[in-house]
Amino acid sequence: MTTTTATDLPKAAAPAGRPATRSRRPRGLGRHVFLALVSVGWLIPLAWALFTSLRSYSDTAEHGYLSWPHGLSFDNFSTAFDQSGMPHFFWNSLLITVPAVLLTLLFASAVAFFVSRFDFRFNIALLMLFTAGNLLPAQVIITPLYKLYLQLPLPSFLSGSGYFYDSAFGVITIHVAYQCGFCVFVLSNYMRTIPREISEAALVDGAPVWRQYFQIILPLCRPAFAALATLESIWIYNDFFWSLILMETGDKRPVTSALAGLSGEYFTNPNLIAAGALLTCIPTLLIYLVLQRHFVGGLTIGASKT
Amino acid sequence: MALTADVTGKNAKAAAPRRRPRTRVLSVGDKLFLAVLIGVPLLALLAFVWLPALASVGISFTQWDGIGLSSIHWVGLQNYKNIFTNYPPFWPAVEHNVIWMVFTALVPTPAGIFLAYQLDRKIRFSRVYQMAIFLPVVLSTAVVGFIWEIVYDPDHGLLNSVLGTNNPSGKHYIDWLGDPHLNLWAVLVASAWRHTGYVMILYLAGLKSVDPSLREAAAIDGANGRQTFLRVIVPAMKPINVTIIVVTVMESLRAFDMVYVLSGNNGSKQGLELLSLLITNNTVGESPRPGYGSALATVLLVVSLAAIVTFLVQNFRKERQA
Repeated sequence: MTTTTATDLPKAAAPAGRPATRSRRPRGLGRHVFLALVSVGWLIPLAWALFTSLRSYSDTAEHGYLSWPHGLSFDNFSTAFDQSGMPHFFWNSLLITVPAVLLTLLFASAVAFFVSRFDFRFNIALLMLFTAGNLLPAQVIITPLYKLYLQLPLPSFLSGSGYFYDSAFGVITIHVAYQCGFCVFVLSNYMRTIPREISEAALVDGAPVWRQYFQIILPLCRPAFAALATLESIWIYNDFFWSLILMETGDKRPVTSALAGLSGEYFTNPNLIAAGALLTCIPTLLIYLVLQRHFVGGLTIGASKT
Repeated sequence: MALTADVTGKNAKAAAPRRRPRTRVLSVGDKLFLAVLIGVPLLALLAFVWLPALASVGISFTQWDGIGLSSIHWVGLQNYKNIFTNYPPFWPAVEHNVIWMVFTALVPTPAGIFLAYQLDRKIRFSRVYQMAIFLPVVLSTAVVGFIWEIVYDPDHGLLNSVLGTNNPSGKHYIDWLGDPHLNLWAVLVASAWRHTGYVMILYLAGLKSVDPSLREAAAIDGANGRQTFLRVIVPAMKPINVTIIVVTVMESLRAFDMVYVLSGNNGSKQGLELLSLLITNNTVGESPRPGYGSALATVLLVVSLAAIVTFLVQNFRKERQA
């Protein structure tokens, strides 16, 4: 969907009857200059963070931050990584993100399957309940949710605290509850495009519902799953609010919200903060760069379908 | 958050001859399977999202120290009266939320649409431009806060270094995030940095989904560029337009992370009050007042529901007819 191919070629061979509305060089050039300037401008904050993080504190202290660098190195990155125990926080992020994404996709696909394949009276109401839930601002529910999390017990193997509060399980639960809405919405749209005849054939053959779901519908939804998995991984990894509010122990927090604590506790200079912030971006940047098509596809799925 | 559009049910048409098998009796296994896989997320949704949303409304009429359930006292509209009349940060927060929404609707949203329109015409390097502008969307809003902190830092930041306003004893020393008249705008620029790319990608997808023959037909009828855009393309992209409006409104209402980070990790800086921050401070802050927090949350809930219901009606109307 974001393919860019050289389109100058067909222009030369374009039917001569077409009025030459697009004058070639000057207008195109102007657009390129404009877009290039915007793009460079857009990258400045990130480039500045990178520049800052690559310089030593003594260098910037002596010459100021806007100065010619006297040697660039990755020292700040290694310091930030080791000193603050970032590997541990990355591990926390992984422990929350992976189960949350998998459970969200499993449950959301089941609800979407039900809503789009069965003639149940309240299908649309159910779909709306999930979709609207995903749209509610988190702060609307936080006061009672916080109290609820403090009360609801969990067995000790799921939560060191004994409660939903301050446990990875609790944070995963709220992610699943919240993100299901978005995935149900997208997946039910997607499943609607699968002809009913396919599952009807299975029905006639006497396949039980779970087989229809696992062996027919789920494999057909692979593109939608790829897109949603990419998108949800980045969103859940990027979450700041839930783990900040629903976790008390800084040590249990995922890296995105741990960063807030780290910046006060360990990161004593802007160079280190820059390095720490950029380190937390690396996983999402990698996912995005590798799975770009899926990420953008997930945001626009349904909208780009014709 | 994101949304997608098009539940128009036009796809249902593809499966046209709707001869569904009559509702047949589900086997026990089928029922169990469906009950678990639909029951679990539904229960989680009701218990952890909708129940707290309703509870917010309930608690907003009470006074509560937040500890024991027995200490809850019904106080009627007292909390609302208090936040409207003698809770100093409330009206600034409302004002900032409104400014946030208006600014987002007027600056980054049209900018994203404009960029998408420029990028849609299969030009060279389109992919590179798109990636540059879209990159901030991939970052967490909290990390966006940290990155802009490095730009706005009064002593070491890029902005003051370039402007030469980084000398505390100098005549022009600008504390971008400390000055209550400036800091909201500084944060809005950071937020626009992210929002523009978001809108751009959504709109670009919309533009790609517009049937090219529509444009050709418009050209044959003698429509000029602007006429084609306003009369043909914009109406053809209705689903995506609704999505962009909802994204803009909801992102403005739920703004939190960036401000929390940029106001020094406690989310209370003069000039940066937002409803989301006041709610959080009253929930887990130093002196929790669940009644107050819930009254604020209810205000936010009512505003959000107006937007959400509009979206649902737009999206599901056709479906119901189908």
